[in-house]
Amino acid sequence: MAEATNAVGAHATTPAPSLSTVQLIEAYRTMVLARVVDERCMMLQRQGRIGFYVPMQGQEAAQVGSTLALRPEDWIFPAYRELAVALTRGIPLTLLLDQFFGNSGDVEKGRQMPNHYGYRRFNFVTASSPVGTQITHAVGAAMAAMMRKQSLVTVAFFGDGTTSSSDFHAGLNFAGVFQSPTVFICQNNQYAISLPRERQTRSATLAEKADAYGLPGVLVDGTDLPAVYRAVRDARERAIGGGGPTLIEAQVYRLGPHSTSDDPKRYRSDDELKEWKAKDPLARMKHDLLERNALTQEQDHELWETAKKEVASALSQTESLPPVDPLSMFDDVLAKRPTGLQEERDELSRFLREGALKP
Amino acid sequence: MTELTLVQAVNRALQQALRADPDVVLLGEDIGVNGGVFRATEGLIKEFGPERVIDTPLSETGIIGTAIGMALYGLKPIPEIQFQDFIYPAFDQIVSELAKFRYRSGGQYPCHVVIRAPYGGGVKGGLYHSQSAEAYFAHTAGLKVVIPSTPADAKGLLLSSIHDEDPVLFFEPKRIYRAVTGEVPDGDHRVPLGEAKVVREGSDVSVFAYGAMMPPSVKAAETLASEGIEAEVVDLRTLVPLDQTAVLGSVEKTGRAVIVHEAPKFCGYGAEIAALLAERALYSLKSPVVRVTGWDTPFPYALEHLYLPGVERITHAIRTAVRSS
Repeated sequence: MAEATNAVGAHATTPAPSLSTVQLIEAYRTMVLARVVDERCMMLQRQGRIGFYVPMQGQEAAQVGSTLALRPEDWIFPAYRELAVALTRGIPLTLLLDQFFGNSGDVEKGRQMPNHYGYRRFNFVTASSPVGTQITHAVGAAMAAMMRKQSLVTVAFFGDGTTSSSDFHAGLNFAGVFQSPTVFICQNNQYAISLPRERQTRSATLAEKADAYGLPGVLVDGTDLPAVYRAVRDARERAIGGGGPTLIEAQVYRLGPHSTSDDPKRYRSDDELKEWKAKDPLARMKHDLLERNALTQEQDHELWETAKKEVASALSQTESLPPVDPLSMFDDVLAKRPTGLQEERDELSRFLREGALKP
Repeated sequence: MTELTLVQAVNRALQQALRADPDVVLLGEDIGVNGGVFRATEGLIKEFGPERVIDTPLSETGIIGTAIGMALYGLKPIPEIQFQDFIYPAFDQIVSELAKFRYRSGGQYPCHVVIRAPYGGGVKGGLYHSQSAEAYFAHTAGLKVVIPSTPADAKGLLLSSIHDEDPVLFFEPKRIYRAVTGEVPDGDHRVPLGEAKVVREGSDVSVFAYGAMMPPSVKAAETLASEGIEAEVVDLRTLVPLDQTAVLGSVEKTGRAVIVHEAPKFCGYGAEIAALLAERALYSLKSPVVRVTGWDTPFPYALEHLYLPGVERITHAIRTAVRSS
């Protein structure tokens, strides 16, 4: 059976045994930064400055807590809602914003929608839109690391809806059979766009699905950062020690819409939202830090102001960059550009040169 | 040189690659202990062990997904899909992930996976053991598609695919896995990707084919020589990237074109060749392009002899092309 930690929303009765106060403050700072970035990006989309955005408000504790339990050599296979994972990993905010704007600073050269980023030097693999495909990639990479006798884990992040996908099944099944050092982190944010968790599966929990694959399944309150940290740390240690993969279900709530194209009022009640807003992981973290005298109201205010300044400054840096080079569209399709593609590139180049098309 | 069947040549290429590079791994259903249902991986688990010749659970999306993860990490995985007809559960992984990793990451994550799959009819395989699905993959940017027709090319093209940097779909004509034998160079024999091969020179008409359609195409050309028709037969070998120069050069010489494949006609690979000729070689053409293909039906079991293009239909098509001008 899945092992459950404390229930969602319940305040941890004991402080984290293995995260220092300094680490907790730093974790909270990252959560605040993620919240500020998230709110700012929703506005940027409404203003037409970026084309699309996928918010992650409500999932900060699950993301920061899990990533803190990883080491830089561990490979992260994210879905498209992992902003706080990226920030905890140390990926500079400007790089992320460059990707949202698809400008010349974007390492992906403006090819993907916002939120679909990846940075090889941070072992943070480029995300795609199909859900669940990254799960088997994480298993394959872990098998490769095992073959090379390298001591690290791979981590796949995904949501509750993904547990219905064939890749979830294939990935957990392969991981179980090959005992790959993989940690599967399912952030159950209660909705797959409009479909509530109860309609996604008849299973009582998502964590218990691990049973069928012969792996440990762990249910954790995803609004409780130290609890998430412990669950992932334990899973990582087990994997490194040859104990194979673990499925962790972190129960959270998506406070915002699925994306900027979604209106959650169509499928969930204000009362429900209100109930979950009371369990906002940021409020919980702040409360715990205040209780422990690790933070004052003034320091909290300062944290938010600093985050806002950091975001404003990163944003102005990003917006000062020129757009992406149009002809870069033809790069990276294959290692070398084949004849037909070169001809197409020449054709667009001609249109641009003659002014028939504007860059 | 060793006299080998096509499937033996595939086996030798895999053995060569596994010996040369510890990063090469094979994975797939029944490829290890059983040596593959067509015996393409016969004996390899014995030489290289179950860590490099991996028997996987029965899931194509699992096989290709884990292969992609291995490639991202730096290995050179060569997954086998037991029959190309069963590749569709992995279609998302191939088209959305494998084909796009290099592009979507801005070149950070090249993803070099060589997928082997036996394809094609003529083996009494019915709907689900006979298909030719190359066009789906040729249509997707970011993939290479390779189909050999001889033992030497099977080895040479497979080794080139393994030493390439891009994802390759390597489709093996199972109908001629054992039907043809030929001299195959020993060791690290490579045939470059992207180069078609003129297997029979001729001046009257160009016949473009690949895979299991090569033997009947050559036979048809030889038959017609007695009627005074000299057909040039071109084995395309690599469908993506297409050797445009070879195709255009041949038609500029002959002025006529017949395209042969066993996949259905509508939006089949032959349509791309016909379009290329219409765009670039129209004024060289003396007669309309003729396509000889499988019919636009699912692949039939009992009537496969009437479905697959054979010497008769190819001969007829060549005559039509020559006489209609």
